[in-house]
Amino acid sequence: MSIINSVQKLSLGKVLRENPTAQGLLLISPTTIYLLIFTIIPMILVAILSLMIRGMYGNVVYQINLANYVRLIDPLYVRILLYSLGVGLTTTVLTILIGYPLAYFIAHTPIRERSLYLFLILVPFWTNFIIRIYAWIMILRSEGFLNQLLMNIGLIEAPLNILYTPTAVLIGMVYEFLPFMVLPLYTSLEKIESAQLEAAADLGAPPWKAFLRVTLPLSLPGMIAGTILVFIPAMGMFVVPDLMGGAKTILIGNVIRNQFLVSRDWPFGAAASILLLIMTLIFTLYYTRKAGFSEELLI
Amino acid sequence: MREKKPSLWLRLVSLLIYAYIYIPIIILIVFSFNTQKLNVRWEGFTLHWYEVLFNDANIGLATRNTLLIAITSTIAATIIGTMAALALQRYRFPGYTLIESALYIPVIIPEVVMGISLLAFFAFIQFSLGLLTITLSHISFNIPFVVLVVRARLHGFDKSIEEAAKDLGANEIITFWRVTLPTILPGVLSGALLAFTLSLDDYVITYFTAGPGSTTLPLRVFSMVRFTVTPEVNALSTIWIFTVFIMMLINQLLTRSNT
Repeated sequence: MSIINSVQKLSLGKVLRENPTAQGLLLISPTTIYLLIFTIIPMILVAILSLMIRGMYGNVVYQINLANYVRLIDPLYVRILLYSLGVGLTTTVLTILIGYPLAYFIAHTPIRERSLYLFLILVPFWTNFIIRIYAWIMILRSEGFLNQLLMNIGLIEAPLNILYTPTAVLIGMVYEFLPFMVLPLYTSLEKIESAQLEAAADLGAPPWKAFLRVTLPLSLPGMIAGTILVFIPAMGMFVVPDLMGGAKTILIGNVIRNQFLVSRDWPFGAAASILLLIMTLIFTLYYTRKAGFSEELLI
Repeated sequence: MREKKPSLWLRLVSLLIYAYIYIPIIILIVFSFNTQKLNVRWEGFTLHWYEVLFNDANIGLATRNTLLIAITSTIAATIIGTMAALALQRYRFPGYTLIESALYIPVIIPEVVMGISLLAFFAFIQFSLGLLTITLSHISFNIPFVVLVVRARLHGFDKSIEEAAKDLGANEIITFWRVTLPTILPGVLSGALLAFTLSLDDYVITYFTAGPGSTTLPLRVFSMVRFTVTPEVNALSTIWIFTVFIMMLINQLLTRSNT
């Protein structure tokens, strides 16, 4: 037995030393195995689960059918889905509007100062995201700082109800996702050569035209990468609506969470997850094909 | 263009955006020292809430759990991820493109979907939820990020120094420990730091894979701020923000020493 073992060991060692393919496979195998067990198999499980039905006691009945997907066509869920899409898109547009000037500013400061400005964007956003939501709860609640400020300067007489409304959800989402837009945009803007803009100027283009015809198109890969990084998590987000939206704002993420942990209808929750997944995949594939980028996703 | 300073209005707009980013954080920190419990207006300076925080047994337990999960998952993900980064950057093997794209799955899919898929998986294999399931889940979302960061650093790696080591008679293992690892170490540490931060920060996946007694800080903070505002959370946030600030400073220094 031991002889066989040592012979195998010898040949394995020899194979490894002389065969780069075997070395590569050995190095990648822990990742392959881990991804397979803890990402791929769970996903396949959810896909199968979405074809089952919920039993009497919240258990899963193994009976293949499409009932859960049919239920998703119900106007109630279609409305939630469209609303989630709307929230995701609005968040994305707002982060572009706020993030673009900031990224442009950083890309045009002297190189020495840039890392400081980038650092200043990253610090608050590496802090826990529940803490960031909490900061906005302190500001927006009826006895919060915003209402006090507005009342003190006499702009309003009674406190505004902002917290626990869809507006509060948007404020929270934009604050959460802003750096995911700024960083890829910065990466794109930073690469634009001054020569290209000088050429535009030499050819008689006014600055705004040079911006529209040169800067904006060249920053598109960054904007698309940012859109993917903002839109997808915003679509599936359930924590911000939970803490800032009250009972009024329900997104698809809340539906999925509720099916799994409250109503215990796992098959229906799985179907909603698969739908969300398909939507995000279509979105990602469509946009990554439209513009070639890779560096921008590496924030 | 690069030499030209940003225009005045652009600087003004950027200043406003930085104010928008920092005002909530500053309010959070300032009001951790407020004597008033309801935290509506400033009354006076106190360290009382820090005392409350340090005597809170639930917070203590949650901190211990959070650090345990973050440290374990960081070490595991860094080792596995660095190996994968080396494999993808240096070797060609069957299934290369497949694995390369599969690595993007945890980065691209919505967190809630990843959370429920892990919950369904652990339920299916009848594995009871707790610290172990949280840690295993954190490793799975951390590996891709470590791979991305380490690969980015390996990109500029000069292979000739490895060949020099081998010419001088070093074998594969000695070359790795003496030449390759020290050179890519800043990248590896950077990846580890990202993994650590992501693990500390995670709410969604932890939420779905946690069991009784395995509450982490984000879960605890969530339940504390669900219906009310309490200065104790401000105190915790302040400590958190400064910890992150110091960790990021270290990361900046590492990045600088690498380039």
